[in-house]
Amino acid sequence: MTALLETKGLTIRFGGLTAVDDFNFVITPGELCGLIGPNGAGKTTVFNMLTGVYLPTAGTVHFDGARINGKSPAQVAALGVSRTFQNIRLFDELSVLENAMTGAHRHAKINLFDSLLRTPRHYREEQRQRDKAYRLLEFMGLEDRAGLTARQLPYGHRRKLEIARALATEPKLICLDEPAAGMNTLEKGELSILIRRIRDELGVTVLLIEHDMKLVMGICERIQVLDYGKTIAMGTPREIQNNPKVIEAYLGGE
Amino acid sequence: MLLAQATPGSFDTLLQQLGNGIAMGSVYALIAVGYTMVYGVLQLINFAHGEVYMLGAYYSYWPARWLGYVPDAGEKPSVPLYIVGLLFVAAMSACALTGMLIERLAYRPLRKASRLAALITAIGVSLLLQNLAQMAFSADPRGYPQLVQQTSVQLGPIALANTKLIIIAVAAIMMTGLHLFVQHTRPGSAMRAVSFDMRTARLMGVNVNRTIAMTFAIGSIMAAVAGMLVAMDQPRLTPMMGLMAGLKAFVAAVLGGIGSIPGAALGGLLLGVLEALVGWQKPEYTEAVAFAVLIVVLLVKPTGLLGKTGREKV
Amino acid sequence: MLRTGAVLVAGIIGAVVLNAVLAEFIDDYVVRVINLCGVAIVLAVSLNVINGLCGQFSLGHAGFMAIGAYVCSLFTTTQRYYDAASAQYVSEPSLAARMAEMFGADLAAAGSEQLQSIAAWGFLPGLIAGGVVSALAGLVVGIPALRLRGDYLAIATLGFGEIVRVVITNIPQIGGATGLPGLPPLANTSWIFAVCVVCIVFSVNLQRSTFGRALIAIRENELAAEIMGVRIARMKVMAFIYGAFFAGVAGGLLAHLLQTISPATFNFMKSIEVVVMLVLGGLGSLTGAVVGAIVLTVLPEALRDVEREVNLPGIRMVVYALVLILLMIFRPQGIFGQRELSLKLLRRVIPGGRK
Repeated sequence: MTALLETKGLTIRFGGLTAVDDFNFVITPGELCGLIGPNGAGKTTVFNMLTGVYLPTAGTVHFDGARINGKSPAQVAALGVSRTFQNIRLFDELSVLENAMTGAHRHAKINLFDSLLRTPRHYREEQRQRDKAYRLLEFMGLEDRAGLTARQLPYGHRRKLEIARALATEPKLICLDEPAAGMNTLEKGELSILIRRIRDELGVTVLLIEHDMKLVMGICERIQVLDYGKTIAMGTPREIQNNPKVIEAYLGGE
Repeated sequence: MLLAQATPGSFDTLLQQLGNGIAMGSVYALIAVGYTMVYGVLQLINFAHGEVYMLGAYYSYWPARWLGYVPDAGEKPSVPLYIVGLLFVAAMSACALTGMLIERLAYRPLRKASRLAALITAIGVSLLLQNLAQMAFSADPRGYPQLVQQTSVQLGPIALANTKLIIIAVAAIMMTGLHLFVQHTRPGSAMRAVSFDMRTARLMGVNVNRTIAMTFAIGSIMAAVAGMLVAMDQPRLTPMMGLMAGLKAFVAAVLGGIGSIPGAALGGLLLGVLEALVGWQKPEYTEAVAFAVLIVVLLVKPTGLLGKTGREKV
Repeated sequence: MLRTGAVLVAGIIGAVVLNAVLAEFIDDYVVRVINLCGVAIVLAVSLNVINGLCGQFSLGHAGFMAIGAYVCSLFTTTQRYYDAASAQYVSEPSLAARMAEMFGADLAAAGSEQLQSIAAWGFLPGLIAGGVVSALAGLVVGIPALRLRGDYLAIATLGFGEIVRVVITNIPQIGGATGLPGLPPLANTSWIFAVCVVCIVFSVNLQRSTFGRALIAIRENELAAEIMGVRIARMKVMAFIYGAFFAGVAGGLLAHLLQTISPATFNFMKSIEVVVMLVLGGLGSLTGAVVGAIVLTVLPEALRDVEREVNLPGIRMVVYALVLILLMIFRPQGIFGQRELSLKLLRRVIPGGRK
């Protein structure tokens, strides 16, 4: 099968520091992959390069056949890559529903005057976004919180709302950056089911950064391990768990 | 190119203008360091700084008047040198106090607030001082005691007022002194530490509050000197005189690179000279120079000429 | 669309009725203050789109007002100026008068009443043209604004406003530094509040649309908004254009209310006044903008009496500044925060209301 996302020799340096070095990675449509590694290994930096936030120093990123390194975050989003953030970045003053609707904004086919004059097209667009957002809130189990402002949500729900918002952009690939951070065991269990349903029911390819080994090992089909910006292992969860380099990186790192 | 086209007569006026420009630029530089230092430690545009400059002029005016050096009518008597010195000291201390008071009362309660709230407060303080000054000193322009006898000094083809030469000399001394102070003394290194990273500085045992107060005091002292120097050169005080001077000095600070003291000096001089050049050809557009410069600098090199580049964290 | 249309029509009729009522029963001075409130509301509500919704701190509203005011005056007012080249006073008829001439009116023979009605015909096109030219200026300011943030943007927009002022000062054909006297008193309550209604209705519609949410998303978290596919540049520029348009129209209204304008009318204090209105009401709240505009138009007038009473000239502005500082220290979110006065809020506030 052809790759959905493929990076070749992806490298970024900040000043003298090489944060990510020669990162090669492939994900095919419908896969659920994990990216793990000790703190500071460069995982989020990889996400930032994939989504146009950082410009790689070297290497390429291809998505769906098109080269996307050098494109702006909005352009990358338009091609179908969405993400969540390690440090949650919700629109705190908007309601939960409106946060999710913002994800649907990019598909709006109306102009400013439709909205100023509230033409029928404006109402249709509002309805479309509201339905879409509401469906995804339901999917994430947030539908009864739709009217709260995002600021009022408890931590675990904030992470789920970020996922709903990202899904509302109708991505082909969603990059989840530590979605389980700060969740309790029960919530983590729910989350792993949800992540699998995102792939199975919505058909979205998932790339996951996560520290919780149980969660990663439980749902990912393939895992790549970063340490100090370099790939030190890749393979199935079982292979990774038995890989001496990985064990050393984690034991040495902790 | 301009030089080649100019007739000899206008070439002289050009030189003349440049002389005036350097003097004005020195004033901008003196005020600009106050903006640049405060921005360095608090990331705040201290809008009220222009008003401190205005107060510098008034703070020296009132004791001089009280001592009889500003008669209501007739020839102004000349002022003995030790009185001039005392007036400088009086204005500098009063402004230092004003600056510290502004920081303590208006800005410190907002140190953790949004930068927008701080900026609006700064605008509020600026308005407050302007209007208090208008109530206290009235909106009518005031003269100024004759601290030195104004004469014209011939320098080759140009004649520069001695007061302008005094401005240039005093500003140069003050700026150099400030630079040495910041680079080579303990309080100076505390200031640098706070502007580099306030939290780390605190952990390293720097008294952050005292350092910030000192930053305001020093900036205000420089502004006080600028206010007096300008009043000596153009004896016309109004409560609004700080508004434009302050804005332009801020532009000078941005031009030189906000946070940098040599940058403030360079930015001030450049702005003064640029204004003079534009004034030489199109005097009616002098007022717009600073703002055009500002916009160009912000678009082309927001860190200014000598500023450090900072990377945004994601 | 029907509802928006109905609200607009009702609002404009309301403005006309209000005009008639005020003219009949209310003291001229009070009517004037009410009219000033109307202009202030348009200014504050339009700036709220830039500063409040989109979070781009602009201090350049006076510049947009000035552009609108002067462009509008070209349509309604005969421009008289001293021409240095020919060393004589020149009188340029207004655009409305020239149009009338083209349609065969004989201006020389026209009575003053007739001239006034010709000027009145120029008012609406003038307001719109003022808004459009100002919106173009908004485009010009909005593009560089993309690269600037926070206080740098504030100071750059302030610079824009000052440049507009200096440029106008240097155009003798529109009065230069002395300004334009003798503008016809066309901006009555009907006009002002009709514009007010249009501005408020459009702004409400904007705020509660996908564009409004996108603007707020940019304010709340620009990076996340961009990742969600919000086209940041386009939205920011749109906010500037929208705000500038209504600021321009408000400038035209103010000019024909004051009947005299000069570059000093639009100095940067004017921009700050509008910002303070927003901040008082609560940055980001349309209701707050309206309330802030009214309070800060009425308060200085009320303080004027107090000032006379206590015999401390100048105390008014001192109080104004103090209020601003204390507000920032003790309630930086303003009166309304980012809430809106809506039926939902009313129900919550009024006891016994439906949940």
